[in-house]
Order: sequence, then C-alpha cells, then structure tokens
Amino acid sequence: MTSAANNHGLRKALSGCISVFTFICACLVVAPLGLVFIHLLRMGASSVNVDFFTHLPAGPGEPGGGMANAIAGTLVLLGLACAIGVPTGVLGGVYLSEFGSQRVNWTIRFLCDILNGVPSIIWGIVINGLIVIPLKSYSAYAGGLALGCLMIPLVMRTTEEVLVLVPQGYREAALALGIARWKTTIHIVMKTAARGIITGILLALARVAGETAPLLFTALGNSFWNHNLREPIAALPLQIFQYAISPYENWHRQAWAGALVLVAFIFTLNISVRFLTRGKPVRV
Amino acid sequence: MGTAGMLEGKKAAPRMRPPSRLGDRIFAGFTFLMAATVVLLICVVGWQLWDGSRLSIRTFGFHFLVSTDWDPVNDSYGALPFIFGTMVSSLIALVIAVPLSVATAIYLTELAPLWLRQPVVSLIEMLAAIPSVILGLWGIFVLVPWLRVEVLPILRHYLGWCPLFQGTIYGPCMLAGGMIIAIMIIPIITSVSREILVSVPQIQREAAYALGATRWEVTRIAVLSYAKRGIFGAVILGLGRALGETMAVTMVIGNTPQLAASLFAPGYTLASVIANEFSEASDLYLQSLFEIGLVLFFVTILVNLLAQLILKTFAGATVKQ
Repeated sequence: MTSAANNHGLRKALSGCISVFTFICACLVVAPLGLVFIHLLRMGASSVNVDFFTHLPAGPGEPGGGMANAIAGTLVLLGLACAIGVPTGVLGGVYLSEFGSQRVNWTIRFLCDILNGVPSIIWGIVINGLIVIPLKSYSAYAGGLALGCLMIPLVMRTTEEVLVLVPQGYREAALALGIARWKTTIHIVMKTAARGIITGILLALARVAGETAPLLFTALGNSFWNHNLREPIAALPLQIFQYAISPYENWHRQAWAGALVLVAFIFTLNISVRFLTRGKPVRV
Repeated sequence: MGTAGMLEGKKAAPRMRPPSRLGDRIFAGFTFLMAATVVLLICVVGWQLWDGSRLSIRTFGFHFLVSTDWDPVNDSYGALPFIFGTMVSSLIALVIAVPLSVATAIYLTELAPLWLRQPVVSLIEMLAAIPSVILGLWGIFVLVPWLRVEVLPILRHYLGWCPLFQGTIYGPCMLAGGMIIAIMIIPIITSVSREILVSVPQIQREAAYALGATRWEVTRIAVLSYAKRGIFGAVILGLGRALGETMAVTMVIGNTPQLAASLFAPGYTLASVIANEFSEASDLYLQSLFEIGLVLFFVTILVNLLAQLILKTFAGATVKQ
C-alpha cells in the first residue's frame, strides 16, 4: 500500500514535470515572434518617416529615399489579385456549399487543399512561362495573376465554410415564398454570411501581401513609378528582398524599414479580421 | 457582384409566375465553372512545367535526378545537390519543429491554464502571418551572425567528433536554413495538431480520470493514442510546407550546390535554385530549372495528398488550414 502511495507521488511529479516541459516548448515557439518584432522595431523604426512613404528609392550609398513606388505597387498587385481571386473563389465556394453532388464537391475541396500546398515559387515560374515569355515582358498583370491564383483556393474554402453555417431554414423559407434558387443564394445566403466572406477575403489578402517568390519572375520589381500595367512594377516584398541581399548599408536600413511597414500592414489586416469576427461570421 | 445581382433582382421581380428554372441553371453552371478552376489550375501548372522542361527531360532523362553536376558554363545539369539540400534542410526543420509543435499543442489543449490558451494561440497565428522574406531578413542579420559567433563554435567544440558538426564555419549554412524552415512550419503543425487534440471526445478523458490517472497520464493514454494518426497527418502537412519554402531559405542557406555531410556547410534547395537562377537562364539552362520546378511540384503534390488523406480520414477531425 505504501509503495502505491509513493508511486502516486511520483506520478504526480512526472505530470508536473511534463507540464513545465511543454510550457517551455510553448515559450520557445513564441520566442521567434518576439525576437523578430524587437529587431524590426530597433532596426526599422528610425528609417520610417514621411520620406519613406513619399520618395522613390535612393541609389546605393545615397542618404534618404523611400519606397513609395513599392508600397503603391503592392497595393496595385493586391487589387489585381482580388479582381482574379475574389470572384472565382467566392462563386466557387458558393457552388461547393449550395450546389453539386457530395462526391464532386469532396473532390474539388480535396484539390483545393492540395493546391494550397503548392509552393508559391511554382506559381512564379508557371505564370512566367504562360504570360511573361509569350508577351516578352514582365508585367503587373502577370504578378497580379500569380497572387490571384494563390488566393483562389484560400477564398474558396473559407467562403464555403461560412456559407455552410447559414441555417437551412433561411433557404427553405425563401424557396417557400417562390423565390428562385439563385436569388435566394445571393440575397439570403450570401448576404447573411457577408461578414464571414469578407473575413475570408481579408485573410487571403494578408497571406498573399507578403509573398515574394511568385513575383520574382512576373512583376520583377521596378526602381521607378509604374505607369503601365503591362510593364514591370515594384512590390514591397521584392524590394525588401533585393535590399536585404545587397551589400549596401543604407539599403539594409531601408529593407528593415520596409519590413516593418509590411508587417504593420499585414497585422492591421489580421486585426481587422478579428474585429469583424468578434460577433459571429454569419448573422443569425 | 452582389450589387449587380440585386439590381437585376429588382428589375425582374416576378409576381405570380412560377420562378424560372433557367436562372438557376445558369447560376449553378457558372459557379460550377468557378469551382472547377481548381482542377484547371492544377492541370495548367503540371502541363506548363512539363512543357517548359521537355528539352531537358529528353536530354538528360532519368540521369537528371542522380547527377551532381550543375554546370551552366558547360550546359550540363543534374538536380541531386538540390534534392539533397531540400531533403536535409526539411529534415532538420522537422527534427526541430515536430517536438516543439506537438508539445505546444498538448500544452495548449490539455495542460495550460484556461486564461493562457487563447492569447498563446493568437501569438502563434501572428507568427504564421510573418512573411517569408521578413524572416529571411531577420535570418541574414540576426540569426546567421548569432550562429556563426556564438552557437556553431560551441557545437564544433563539443560535438566535433561527429561528421555533422565539422568543417569551416562560414555563417550561412544548412543548419541556418533548417532552423528558419522550422520557424515557418511550427505554426501550421501546432495549429493543426491542436485542432486534432481538441476534437478528441471529452468522454475519453473523463474515463481515464475516473480510473485515477494524473493529468499527463490522461493525455498520454486517452488523448495521444487517439490522436496520433491525426498528428502524423499534421507533421506530413508541415513537411509539405518545408519542401517548398523559398525566400527565407534562399537568404540563409548559402546557395552552394554540393553534397556535404556537415551541417555547417552551405547548401542549396530546389526552390532556392529556381529563385536565384531562373531570371538569368535561357535555353537548356531554363528548361532544367523548369524540370526542377516539375520535381518540386510532383513531390509537394504527393506529400500534400498523403497529408490530406490522413487528415480527412481522421475520425471527427474538422481541419482547416
């Protein structure tokens, strides 16, 4: 009996040790986030000023300069990506949730998840082969298309997930009134879930806003303003990459500043998502 | 799109007529086309990669995958150093990430005080949101110098008898690449594992508690044995991400095509050779890079297929990415 009592003490102690061990692991997992943040603020904050948002990049060794063109370029590319990714993704999600057979939808959903796992650099070279090489020019369109392709499976899955949450009774009530199915879907189902759909789009935007690899061989980057979407365009992640691997001290500082701005942008998107979903994704 | 539909709806407002089925058919057909773009995209990617590498496939055949020769000057290409680099860096990443992620997931679902759980989950989501290129920037200016000055000399001093920890210390190296990939895949392995653990039925835990098990014993017996298949799926999903990581790895791995036993030696991965050399390549060189892309695409598709099959057949799991 006494050995059993001792044993119980040991078992309790082991349980406590494991708790401490897993707590340390959790701290280690979160640590890089804190470290990256501290360094971003320490190295980047001093270079983020008005010039950074209003000036074109300075040459190597020249003081000052900014990333105005890269910030504008990223916004343009995100707009193009939305133009491709949002209609396709949202309507595809509508199909998965409202129409189709179980078997077909399972397959499409499965392929969506597979497509999500395709490395983003692959999109870069595929769009390069499909658009840049035949047209003989890097372009903003190609970059937007690459980002848009990345968005499609993301938006499709989140749209489907929120549409499924809309109570079946809503659809039945509308159909009972003699409203056509497609109008029910648009006016009742999608409207009820609008908040959730927008959340999904913002999350997808936050995800592709920091992508560099798909832009390397499509949008290419540009040290000046882009006046024609059929020509190369600058993007914040591309500029950060180019500056980070350069040997110039002032470009390194600019890279940190750009990184700080990009992270701030992405976190703002993510936080607004949290704000949107503070209620329910679906208005019931 | 919503507003367009609304306007149309007002215009057409049928009072007594039965609703026309034509609109439904058109709408269903159109949304089906949108959903089917997923299938189209996979086919287009596969076809374009194959089409772009035809010449290289014909010239080198199977030899491409086993040759270590990467020599643009003499137009001779082999992908083995990159396959090796991708495998080694992903393996290092898994060795670091899997224990940390699974332990964190266990902590967050079973052991942590309730008030701490949601904040830590949010922090991990934030880590997942940091773009690859920014982790790479941090890697170049913080991680690599730290490894070079503080960590690697100590490792070499104490573990130098092992071939993994020998050789000159340059800074950018396979170990740095693996560590950066680990940071990038920890959030996904943790969050998917966490969802798997949350989906374990509460009654399993209660049954074990009723037998007098301690907290850890409940976790080990009732939760982990139930969830291990799903956690394996999460790890495979993480492996899929690790294989395709590009920017951060390219910035810290050293970009030297070689087969070196030491973790201190620079390496090169499939994704980073594309990122570095694609824009200056042409002809056979370009085709070889497309073939590398084809290899990468094929491998990541297979790995993701496996991961999704495991996760989708896991009882009761509703896993989103």
